[in-house]
Amino acid sequence: MNTRYSFGGDEHIFVEVDEEMSLAAFFKSLSMTNAVRESRIKGVTEICPANASFQIKFDPDQISPDDMLAELKRLEGTAEKADSTLKTRIVEIPVLYNDPWTHETLMRFRERHQDPKSTDLEYAAQVNNLGSVDNFIKAHSGAPWFVSMVGFVAGLPFLYQMVDRPRQLEVPKYLRPRTDTPKLTVGHGGCFSCIYSVRGAGGYQMFGITPMPIYDPNQQIGYLRDFMVFFRPGDIVKWKPIDRPAYDQAVADVEAGKFAPLMRDVTFSLDEFQLDIDGYNRKLEGVLYGH
Amino acid sequence: MAIKILAPGLSTTVQDLGRPGYYHLGIPLSGGMDRFALRVANLLVGNDEGAAVLEAVFMGPEIEFTADAVVAVTGADMPAKVDGAVQAAWTSFKIKAGQKLSFDFLQKGARAYIAIAGGIDVPVVLGSRSTYTLGALGGHQGRKLQAGDELALGSAVKSVAAGRSLAESLRRAPGAPAELRVLPGLYWHRITDESGRQFFDDTWKVAPEADRIGYRFRGGRPLGFVPRKQPFGAGSDPSNIVDACYPYGSIQVPGGTEPIVLHRDAVSGGGYFMVGTVISADMDLIGQLQPHTPARFVKVDMKGALTARHDRASLLGRVRAALAS
Repeated sequence: MNTRYSFGGDEHIFVEVDEEMSLAAFFKSLSMTNAVRESRIKGVTEICPANASFQIKFDPDQISPDDMLAELKRLEGTAEKADSTLKTRIVEIPVLYNDPWTHETLMRFRERHQDPKSTDLEYAAQVNNLGSVDNFIKAHSGAPWFVSMVGFVAGLPFLYQMVDRPRQLEVPKYLRPRTDTPKLTVGHGGCFSCIYSVRGAGGYQMFGITPMPIYDPNQQIGYLRDFMVFFRPGDIVKWKPIDRPAYDQAVADVEAGKFAPLMRDVTFSLDEFQLDIDGYNRKLEGVLYGH
Repeated sequence: MAIKILAPGLSTTVQDLGRPGYYHLGIPLSGGMDRFALRVANLLVGNDEGAAVLEAVFMGPEIEFTADAVVAVTGADMPAKVDGAVQAAWTSFKIKAGQKLSFDFLQKGARAYIAIAGGIDVPVVLGSRSTYTLGALGGHQGRKLQAGDELALGSAVKSVAAGRSLAESLRRAPGAPAELRVLPGLYWHRITDESGRQFFDDTWKVAPEADRIGYRFRGGRPLGFVPRKQPFGAGSDPSNIVDACYPYGSIQVPGGTEPIVLHRDAVSGGGYFMVGTVISADMDLIGQLQPHTPARFVKVDMKGALTARHDRASLLGRVRAALAS
């Protein structure tokens, strides 16, 4: 990893921990942003962790850009020594893969896609040499995913698959972004999956839809009453494939205020994970499902 | 006390100085795109500088007042009328209960700021009254105004007279072509030296896709990339990066063709490389650019950016002094 610092105008510093994505780069970015938060450097107005980088917004009337840069470089040493464990949550997200709504949408934007003759799922299965859509869904929902960034639009999580690199699913983004994506679409671009928190433009491939709202500006939904955004960087997600009746039931439960996400607190250790990825993922699932 | 929207204009939203502190969750600053004009409009009617106002894009709304009020309109040149009588811009005027505020066609600029003594009193959400339409957050029901909407007003902080005006020498508008000063950086190293020169040499034009999220520019030559093996996770196009945070004012160039400058409702991150960032002092100007306006990007260093920032602050200081009484 080769950390690179650059100013984004007179109010931001952009720090690229690594050019390529890895859990190690994400952990370093997260621990550096934690260090910035704890150090309470004057003039810092926003601390934004991302996948393999982060950004600090600051007020140059309170701290000069050069001083801000020096403070961040000083913290890099501390962050490198930080232990790579994380107290976080593991959450089950139900997904209706191959749903009618994303299907209708993707058919409307076929001319913007690499392979207009197939669906997004068929294309994803093919470019990952998985043979069939079912195999792709198994690969997508088999292992847990890390929320490595929250952003783009309000509350949208970027998710990074917790498997070794040869098994990581990679799918190019659309050739040209769509102007429409259904709310709560489970999408994928590059090596990242995401959940579109609101309806709008998007360039990721569309695989399915979750009945579980993750952003509620009115804070009416029970589990979003305390705060309107569900996800935080560091959350762990386990997709659960569901069928149409289960989807409809979950939507009805959300509307009736009866839906509660299945989630558990968990401590994640990057070192232990890397020693035995599949074994560690089974342990995480054990925590989630209580076995 | 309230106002009633008879016709909303093209896109009129409630805005103040914005909602800092939630960008890490994808919730952008929002607030007036031309913060200078917003502040002045408030000062003219005796409000706090950060009171909520209406931001009207390209076309003014038609508003009925249910009580007497003091109003000022700044920013774009879009003459305000009270029951048909034209009012001076950048100047406070009185409007009586039952009278209608409407607007002539846009003559210059893009966004008018309509301040009313007392401020627009919509609920404060995450510390701000600003509207973030993409997230359906803040403002009036999280959306642009519609005919029939009624908005409450706060009580005036102090009473001010009509006819308070900001001297023309203290107003600010983009030149022709508009010059936007840019600090190169972020992923500047991804483009060739030749492309770097072109980027600043070419004259661009504001594209029709220009809104509160970002302004797109067209007409310059495409950028060429320094060859590299794309890093894992970045995606296959040479303009792709591993999805990262986007600074406000940052200039991304998807595919190397059309630069997009992110503004107050910025998407907080994504997978396109950026060549640099428009400096804070010039962000307000972008909010006053119409589609098809010629624009140039002008290279500055950090010292230049900070000097410009200082100049902006001292201009605001002179405005405050002029409107203090």
